[in-house]
Amino acid sequence: MSATADSPARRALRRFLRHRLAVFGLLVVVLFILAALLAPWLSPADPLQTSWTAIRKPPSAAHWFGTDENGRDVLARVLYGARASMAAGVLSVSVALLIGVPIGLLAGLAGGWVDALIARIADAMLSVPFLILAIALAAFLGPALENAMLAIAITASPIFVRLARGMALDARATDWVEAARALGNPPWRLGLVHVLPNIIPPLLVQATLSIAEAIIAEASLSFLGLGQQPPAPSWGSMLNSAQRFLTQAPWLAIFPGLAIFLVVLAFNLMGDGLRDALDPRGERR
Amino acid sequence: MVLELRDLAITFRTDRGPLRAVDGVSLAVEAGRTLAIVGESGCGKSVTALATMGLLPPNARLSGSIRLRGREMATLAQPEWRRRRGREIAMIFQEPMTSLNPAFTAGEQVAEVLRLHERLGERAAFDRAVALLDRVRIPDAARRARQYPHQLSGGMRQRVMIAMALACRPRLLIADEPTTALDVTVQAQILALLDELKRETGTAVVLITHDLGVVADHADDVVVMYAGRVAERAPAARLFARPEHPYTVGLLGAAPRIEGGPTRLASIEGTVPDLLHPPEGCRFAPRCPFRGADCTRQPPLSEVEPGHATACWRAPLDRVLAA
Repeated sequence: MSATADSPARRALRRFLRHRLAVFGLLVVVLFILAALLAPWLSPADPLQTSWTAIRKPPSAAHWFGTDENGRDVLARVLYGARASMAAGVLSVSVALLIGVPIGLLAGLAGGWVDALIARIADAMLSVPFLILAIALAAFLGPALENAMLAIAITASPIFVRLARGMALDARATDWVEAARALGNPPWRLGLVHVLPNIIPPLLVQATLSIAEAIIAEASLSFLGLGQQPPAPSWGSMLNSAQRFLTQAPWLAIFPGLAIFLVVLAFNLMGDGLRDALDPRGERR
Repeated sequence: MVLELRDLAITFRTDRGPLRAVDGVSLAVEAGRTLAIVGESGCGKSVTALATMGLLPPNARLSGSIRLRGREMATLAQPEWRRRRGREIAMIFQEPMTSLNPAFTAGEQVAEVLRLHERLGERAAFDRAVALLDRVRIPDAARRARQYPHQLSGGMRQRVMIAMALACRPRLLIADEPTTALDVTVQAQILALLDELKRETGTAVVLITHDLGVVADHADDVVVMYAGRVAERAPAARLFARPEHPYTVGLLGAAPRIEGGPTRLASIEGTVPDLLHPPEGCRFAPRCPFRGADCTRQPPLSEVEPGHATACWRAPLDRVLAA
C-alpha cells in the first residue's frame, strides 16, 4: 500500500470493479436510468398515442415490443414506464434516507428515553410487512404516483432508522468519538461531521437494496391502481391490463415484466457487490 | 495555578449501589510543569482526568471544586465546557490506534480542531495542520497529512493526537497513559516530545501513568493515588528519595531498577479494596505492614515538610523504622 491518497472510498471502488456481477448490475442500472432520462428521444412513438389500426399487434419491425389493447407502442410505454419506476425507486429511497438517518443518529447518540421511543416506533413499523404498510399508506393518501412514492418513502425509512441508530450506538463507544468530544465538539457535530461519514458504507448498501424493493413496491401499487394513474405508463399498471390478454398477447406482460425483473436484479447485484466492496473485513484482500 | 482541584469527589450510581471512585482529591498544577498522577488501575486517576475535562458519564455525581486558571468549572454547563475543551484544556488518550477517526486524513483531523475553535477556513486550517504535524516531528508532514490513520504507525498516530491536542495552545494538557500502548523506544520519543512542547508553550501537563520510570524522568511533582484518595503528594525527586506513605514505599519496591544489581521485586500483599464497600479509615490499612489501631480512622493529608504531604498516621516513616 503505497498510494498517498489511498482513501477508503478509492479502495472500495477498486474492490467493486473486480466484482463482475456487480459491475454488470451497475451497467444495467445505468442503462435503465438513461432510458428513463432519455425516453422522449429514444422512444419510437408517443406512449399515449392510441391507434385503431394497430391493436394488440405482436412485435414487428414497426413496433419492436408490439402494441397494446389500445394500439399504443409497448416499447414507448416501457421506456416511459422506466421513469415512474426509477423515480419511485431513487426518489422515495432518498426521502427515506433523509427521514431515517437523522432520526437514527439522534436516537443512537442521545440515548435514554428519546432512543427508546424512536427504536420502538421503528420496530413497530418494521413488524408490518413492507408491502402491506405501503398499500395502507398509499390507500390513505389517495391514488397518485406522488402519493405512492411518499408511502414507499415512509415505509422504507424505519430500516434506515434502525441501521443508523445501531451504527451510532457502536460509534458512541469508540475512542475516536470520545477524543472528538474531548476536543470540544458539540453533539450535533459529533453526529454529522464525525459519525455520519463512518456509517455511509452500510447505508449505501442498504439504500441500493431498498431501491430494488421500492421499485417492486411501486409496480405493485400501480398494479393495484394505487400508483401511476392511467393513461400514464407504469410497468405495474401495464402488467395489470396485460393479464386480461395473457394468452392472446403475451408480449404485453413479458416486456414490462422483464423490465421489472432486470432492474430489480441489477440493483440487488449492485448492492451485493457494494456490500463486499465496503466490508471492512475485506480490507487486506 | 493553571489547575486546582479541591476536595474532588466523584460517585457513580451503579446497580449495586453508589461507587465512590474519587474521594476528596486535592491537587494543583502550575504552568510549564508536569504533575504525574500515579496509581494502580481503578485508583481513580482516569476518572479524575475525565472530571477535569468535564467528560464524566451521566451516571456520575461530582462534588468539590475544579478551578481552571482561577475559574470554577465544576458548576459549569456543558456548552461552557465545550468551548474550553480542545482550546484551554486538551487530552491525549491511551489508545492512539483507535482514537483517530478512520474516515478522515491526519491533516483533516488536526484542521478540524482549528476550524472548530478558531473558525479558520478550510485551506488555512489545513496549512496550519501541516505545520503542526511538522512540529510534532512527523517526517514529510505534507504527505503524511494526506494519509488516513490506517496508513500511520502507532507512534505516528499518537503524534497526530498530540498535534490535535496542542493545536489551539491549551493551558492544560492531560495525557492519560499516553505511551502505554506504544513500543518502548517510541514511548521515550513521545515523552521527550511532550517535554519539549511543554517547555516551548508553557502548557501545564497532567501525566497519568502507572509507570514509575516515566514519572522519574518526566514529572516535576507526583500525586500517588490509592483507592480514590491521595496517599502522598511530593516533588518527584523527593518522592523517590524519601517516600513517606507505606503504599508509595511498596510501589517503589515493586518497580524494577537497573542500578544496584539483581534484587527481588517486592510485591504488595493483598488486593485493592472494593470501592462499593471501602474499608473504614485508611484504605490501605488492610494491606499495610505498619498498620495500627488508629488506622481505622482516615488520616488527613498533612505535610511532613513543605510541599511533601502524606495521608498516614505513621508519618514521618523514619520514626517508625527507627523504633
